[in-house]
Amino acid sequence: MSKFMTWVDERFPATKVWEEHVSKYYAPKNLNFWYFFGSLAMVVMVLQILTGIFLTMHYKPDSSLAFASVEYIMRDVPGGWFIRYLHSVGASMLFIVVYLHMFRGLLYGSHRSPRELIWLLGMLLYVTLMAEAFFGYLLPWGNMSYWGAQVIISLFGALPGIGPGLSEWIRGDFVVSDATLNRFFAFHVILVPLLLSLLVYLHIVALHKVGGNNPDGIDIKKDKDASGKPLDGIAFHPYYTVKDNLGVAVMMTALLAVVFFVPELGGWFLEKDNFAPADILQTPPDIVPLWYLTPYYSILRAVTFEWLPGGAKLWGVLAMGAAIVLLFFLPWLDRSPVRSIRYRGWMYKTALTLFVITFVMLGYLGTRNPSHVDLGLLKNVTWSQIGLVVYFAFFLLMPIYTRMDRTKPEPDRVTG
Amino acid sequence: MNKCIVSVLMLLMPLVVSASGGAGNLDKVYIDLSDQPSLQRGARTFVNYCLSCHNASFMRYERMATDLGISEALLREEMMFASDKPGDLMVTAMPTAGAKAWFGVVPPDLSLTARSRGADWIYTYLRSFYTDESTTTGWNNALFSNVAMPHVLYQWQGARSATFEGGGVADVSSVRYQSVVPGTMTGSEYDAAIRDLTNFMVYLAEPAKLVRYEMGFWVMLFMGVFIVLAYLLKKEYWRDVH
Repeated sequence: MSKFMTWVDERFPATKVWEEHVSKYYAPKNLNFWYFFGSLAMVVMVLQILTGIFLTMHYKPDSSLAFASVEYIMRDVPGGWFIRYLHSVGASMLFIVVYLHMFRGLLYGSHRSPRELIWLLGMLLYVTLMAEAFFGYLLPWGNMSYWGAQVIISLFGALPGIGPGLSEWIRGDFVVSDATLNRFFAFHVILVPLLLSLLVYLHIVALHKVGGNNPDGIDIKKDKDASGKPLDGIAFHPYYTVKDNLGVAVMMTALLAVVFFVPELGGWFLEKDNFAPADILQTPPDIVPLWYLTPYYSILRAVTFEWLPGGAKLWGVLAMGAAIVLLFFLPWLDRSPVRSIRYRGWMYKTALTLFVITFVMLGYLGTRNPSHVDLGLLKNVTWSQIGLVVYFAFFLLMPIYTRMDRTKPEPDRVTG
Repeated sequence: MNKCIVSVLMLLMPLVVSASGGAGNLDKVYIDLSDQPSLQRGARTFVNYCLSCHNASFMRYERMATDLGISEALLREEMMFASDKPGDLMVTAMPTAGAKAWFGVVPPDLSLTARSRGADWIYTYLRSFYTDESTTTGWNNALFSNVAMPHVLYQWQGARSATFEGGGVADVSSVRYQSVVPGTMTGSEYDAAIRDLTNFMVYLAEPAKLVRYEMGFWVMLFMGVFIVLAYLLKKEYWRDVH
């Protein structure tokens, strides 16, 4: 074996890569619960690719066959229903895991210097993932898929000048049609997955260059033993591989429980309207995207001020875009001298709590009718306007409150 | 650690609230897919009445027979009117063009109605027909106003007229029925027959439902063992870290 490895290593850096990134890659020993979600995201992504390959073998990207081919998978393909539910539930699971992974960054300052590029690559991954989900959502050709795509693509039409031409170019037609379905299929199964794979690779390369952050937000590389190993670091393999294995077991149990017992999850993962085929003459009463996009959809719908130059829709689209773009700037908006929430003062803690509540509220409101009252006292649209203000204030005021905040001294070594 | 778990649960809170909302006025139906006689009775009603005009074009006769314990002889004898191959999809013999001429619309495919409308909707709808001289079929429906479909099961239920409290707007929550011509079934017999039919349509919408709960139980058991082993393995390796 060692003779074989020598032969390989003379031609390809197999052992070097293994040691650098796995067996002698030292991760902080105090990583907690929140550090499961990076590896979990990768596991779910692999699951999506594997189940996706099998679905592609039976799915027909043709507007007259697509809906029936999904039902064919659900009924006539052996085990097809299991593969399909894994894929539909997996999509939601990937977003759950990614949102928790991003929240971890906000908790412990994982986006702060010197990890800005990891954050930027991660944000690109997030946006690309939203595109992947959006393209995939049209493929079953259900009525909500169809109208959801219609609405989202028409948003581009709000841009002045280029708008109408742009949305027509995206659709390849004047309405969402067979041409749209075919190109979305191409994007969903090859273009975007390739981009995602490349971005995941770059995300991890950047991470391994600087090393991971930890719940104390302090540098573990400044205290090393004689051999150059960080005193507070432990080898990724076997310590974190066996730990992440436990995380995978728990997450897969949750995912499989949904797949077998509640694959629709009360309409959150698969909606009723998508069990009727796309019908250009029958608009669903409330057109809403799936839950992972609804916070931004709420922000879009919160801008109802027609007196704005260019109209409310244009500003809604711009606000929605800005809500996502602002996330990219997080590493530079945060001016706190410490990274971790453990050593921050009450201001950042309060701001982050408000932000999380707001994000969840906006997500919920994005699935409701704006003129109804679901949260008490005020109309849904008013709540989402309040949410919009809090959302933007969290980012725009961040340079001020993070600097004013009274922080605690950081420890020299990790606290466990 | 507890704080972390609480925060995750809080993030997942909106999942507990149903996304679909749903109409509050529907009568609740008790669905039990392990009740095979009920599914068989529902299937018989379905192929004899519904399938005359509607398709269930994602479903095969053979699959239905296998899943519901119906012999091939019985299937051929009493359930296949539009086809002679058990492997065929359950498609109506009624021509599409004719359907359009007779009803104004092509009757919708029923394969997935229990998933797109819901079981309670089907159960309520099929029990909400009343006579109405103003429509072309002479029938109307309190849940689905001016529906093109006539009351196909009127011989069972009989004919009823309806009055609506408060202004006469057709609405299932304010309807009062009066029997005009009695049917061959009593009210509760008719409700039971519709319950069987609804039960069947829930199966029809997702045949995998017959197997996935039991399979899920074994998968959960396996995952439970896997979690315990994964935990012990992690603990063993991490002994020298702490």
